[in-house]
Parts: sequence; C-alpha cells; structure tokens
Amino acid sequence: MTDWLRLSAEEWDAVRLSLKVATVAMLASLPFAIAIAFLLARREFWGKSLLNGLVHLPLVLPPVVTGYLLLLTFGTRGPVGSFLAEFGIVFSFRWTGAALACAVMGFPLMVRAIRLSIEAVDTKLEAAAATLGANRGFVFLTVTLPLIVPGIIAGMILCFAKAMGEFGATITFVSNIPGETQTLPSAIYSFTQVPGGDPEALRLTAISVVISLGALMASEVLARRAGQKIAA
Amino acid sequence: MSLIVDVRHQQGSFKLEASFESGGRLTAIFGASGSGKTTLVNVIAGLVKPQHARIIIDGSVLTDTVAGIAVPPHKRRIGYVFQDARLFPHLTVAGNLSFGEWFTPKVERYAARGQILDLLGIGQLMARKPRDLSGGEKQRVAIGRALLSSPRLLLMDEPLASLDQKRKDEIMPYLERLRDEIRIPIVYVSHSVAEVMRLASDITVLSEGRLSAFGPAGEIAQRLDLIPAEEREEGGAIIDMAVAAHDRAFGMTKLSSPAGDIYVPGILGAAGTPARLRIRARDVMLATEEPKNISALNILRGTVSMIAEAGPSAVNVTLDCGGSPVVARITRQSAAALGIRPGLPAFAVVKAVSVSGPTPEPR
Repeated sequence: MTDWLRLSAEEWDAVRLSLKVATVAMLASLPFAIAIAFLLARREFWGKSLLNGLVHLPLVLPPVVTGYLLLLTFGTRGPVGSFLAEFGIVFSFRWTGAALACAVMGFPLMVRAIRLSIEAVDTKLEAAAATLGANRGFVFLTVTLPLIVPGIIAGMILCFAKAMGEFGATITFVSNIPGETQTLPSAIYSFTQVPGGDPEALRLTAISVVISLGALMASEVLARRAGQKIAA
Repeated sequence: MSLIVDVRHQQGSFKLEASFESGGRLTAIFGASGSGKTTLVNVIAGLVKPQHARIIIDGSVLTDTVAGIAVPPHKRRIGYVFQDARLFPHLTVAGNLSFGEWFTPKVERYAARGQILDLLGIGQLMARKPRDLSGGEKQRVAIGRALLSSPRLLLMDEPLASLDQKRKDEIMPYLERLRDEIRIPIVYVSHSVAEVMRLASDITVLSEGRLSAFGPAGEIAQRLDLIPAEEREEGGAIIDMAVAAHDRAFGMTKLSSPAGDIYVPGILGAAGTPARLRIRARDVMLATEEPKNISALNILRGTVSMIAEAGPSAVNVTLDCGGSPVVARITRQSAAALGIRPGLPAFAVVKAVSVSGPTPEPR
C-alpha cells in the first residue's frame, strides 16, 4: 500500500519542477500584470485596444501556437532570444523557458482579475488621499494597492493554477526533458505513452488534484481575510 | 487670512461663474442642489481643472489659468471634508488620522493632535475601523483627518447632509468650536439655511452656477429673496449678541446687543460669551405702539427700513434695530392696516428664537 504512494526520483523531479516553474511564473509576472492592469483600468491612450488584445491573445490562441511563437522569438536564434543569450539568459530547453511559457499563458487571467479590482476602487478615496498631501505614487501605494489585494491574490492563484496545468505551449517551446522541462502535465503525458505507465500517471494525477485544490482553498481563505480588512 | 476666488468654468451645459474675496472665519457657500457649489469647492481644492480661474489663499497663488499656474491637489495643503466622509476602509481611525500627518512636511505641521481629538471627541475611537463607526462619528473622524494635515484652508462640502437631525445636532457644536478655536479659515458648503445662519461669518449665494449675492452673514441672512422657496420659511435675521446675565429664579438668560435685549430660556454660558441669535421672519410680529400686557418677552424697538413683496399676500418688513436688521413676515393686509412705510418707528415682537454658541448648563 505504501509502495503505491512512493514516488520515483523522476516523478519527484516533475512535482518539484512544476511547483518551481509555477511559482516563478506567478511572481515574475506580477509587477507587469499590476502595471498593465492599471494602464487598462485607468488610462486612455493610443493603442489601448491593441495592448488589451495582445495581453488576451494567449487565452484564445491554441497553446501550441503560443509555444511556437515563443520559440521563434525567444529561441536561441530568435530576435529576443539571441539578444538575451549574449547576457547569458537562455530560455529554450531550460526550466526558465517553461516558466516563461507558463507566465505568458497565465498573464491574461492575472491581468483580468487585477484590472477588475482596480476598476472597483472608488477614485473618490484617491482624491481624498491627494487632498491630504499624497502624490500619485503614494496614493497608489497607500490607498489603491491595499484595496486591490483581494484581486491580486485571485489573479496570482489563477496564474499559478494555469501554470501548474500548462502543457501545450511548454512542450512546444522547451520540449519534454526530464529534470529540466518535464513538468507534471508533461510527465503524465509521457507516462500515458509508455506501456505499463498507468500507476505513475495516476499518482501524478492525484498529486495534481491535491495541489490545485489546495491552491484554490488557500486563495479562498486569503482573499476572504483580505476582503474583511478592507470592507467599507 | 484672505481667500480670493474667481472662476469661470463650463461643464457640458452647466456654466459656473463666481467671483468673491473673503476674509471671514467661515465663508458659507449657500445654494440649492445643482447650483454648482461642489464644483466650486472642487476647483478650489484642485480636483477639477477649471477653464478660467484664479484661486489665491493668503497671497499664494494656487490656480491662475492666465499665468498657467495649477498647483496639484496634494501640494495645496487644503483640508477637504467630503459629504461622504471618504475614510480609508483599510485603515483604522488612528491610521486615517495619521494619513494627512505623514504627508505634511514637519516644518509645516501646526495641528495639535491632542487638542483636535478633544475638540472632536474622537480619542476613544482610535482602534476602530471606519465600518464600525456611526455616520456622525465618521464625519468627526473625517474632520479630524483633514485638520491633522495642518491645512491652510478647510473645505467642508455638506458635511452634515447625509446625517439625520440628531447626528446634525451632535456635530454642530463641534463645528462651532472649530470655527472659534482653530485659527484656519473654513469654506462651508451647504443648502441648509439653518446651518449657514448658525455658522457663517460671510455668505456666498450661488444659484444656477452664478453668484447671486456675497456679504457678511448678517446682511445676507435678511435677504429672504435669496433663499430657495422650499427653505424660505427658515429665513430671517441673525444677530450676534453676548450673554449679559442669568436669572436663576426663572431659569432664563439675558442676551444683549445694540439691537436690544433678548431673554432666552435656560442658563447659557458665562457672561460675555458670544451668542448668535436667529430670528425667523415668520416668528416676528410688528406693532406700531409699544405692546403691553403681552406674553412675548422679547420686544425690539426699531425703524422700518425696507418693505419687500413676498408672494401674493405677504410682505417682508425689515426693521432697523440699533443697526441690526430684523425681518418680519406679515400679511399685506396687516401692513396696510398698520400703515407700514419706510421711516416709521415700530416694535418687533419676537415669538421664538434659536440661539447658538454658548453651551447650556445642565439642569
């Protein structure tokens, strides 16, 4: 019975890698997501709908297309990839590439949640803060940001969950290298492709379910606590 | 202190045009809703960018569209108390109060925290969140927050409008103390005659975006034509008096002024305390001879200075009583029967007064 629960080294690698990739994808995209959500919620500028479209594109494109576009752009011969390679930053066939793919896929969900919460902030409170002497930056840090914490948490969790489950873009961009780019979904996919791989696939599936459910429940608790703090 | 306001601003089809200079302690901006009061104070605070304006406080120019000056709101140092309090929901009362202090440069802080907390009676609320406060408490915290930012001018936009009468009565005395004890000028927006008459030293009247009158409160108060029809019943005279003596046997207080003496029930304040008396025009009767054997205690002697039409069957008669105008609303029929005309000596029989200022002694 306990044997059934024991994970092989390869399976452990996949779990650890998935957690690492999803966490990095979530944290690294957060500042950009807040900035873009703020722009979309509050500013009018030329090309706003274009930016909005670009942000949401990964949501509607087939993930394989997104992965291929990432490969073309950030691959070692891609325009951005070759430039970054000169500074020693390489994405293709590395776990960092998996994180990039997950971040891009989770980004629209994160931006959307944060944008909605920014739009719900009463700008009258910000005007009040300004009359009390706070400049724009401080108004954002001391009033807007605390009020959108529930939206930020929701966005982070959505992005994390998307990253944990990301498969198509990741496998297209950085392939399926055990220990380097083989995340949980890739590992499950691999195990289902070999004869007798069912127990491994099932174990990893159970782990996926537990992690996803745990993340959702944690976000629920965090968001409720944050919501209570700021309830008017 | 001086406040110079000169605004011409169009928003859609609404046109705001107002210009006044005030040196008073509390300048009221009075007018019906939709008359442009809030737009005007938002221009003063810098929250609305006007097309043409000049705003100068104590010689420092905050807005001058001709010279291209527009100081941003956070650098104006104007305390703003909003109708809807606008406390920060994520901060405690203490955090809200400290908010303005944080952003005021140390050298410019003059607000004494202890004094302000005492004056507003909010010291015991510190640990609470705004959602746990009553409407009246919220407004008092909002006033405290604005004051603690050590402003050069305090703007109050209908701070009592969202409260019921009981809460209004609770806050009024705090506003009076604010006006008398804190040395910063106040601009007070209201559509309530009772509030404006009670608090203002100067009154600006706005109607449909235009300034229809500006002057000292005593002068503007008697202009019943400036008051919107639904509040006209509240119009009348205000006379600034002082407590002169108490009659403890009858439980009365005598107030005196050049206009004459007035007795009011209750033992109010110490002798010498300033008291503002409001006499509604509908509470005044006129007599051409000194009335005798009458239950009304207060009779002021004066001369008819003005007669104004007030609807089809009434007139407003203004009596000059030792320099203070007292207005009586009487029927045209009575005016004709008494032969009321300018220059005629007459007596104002005052049936009811409201007094603000001195605190009553508890019984």
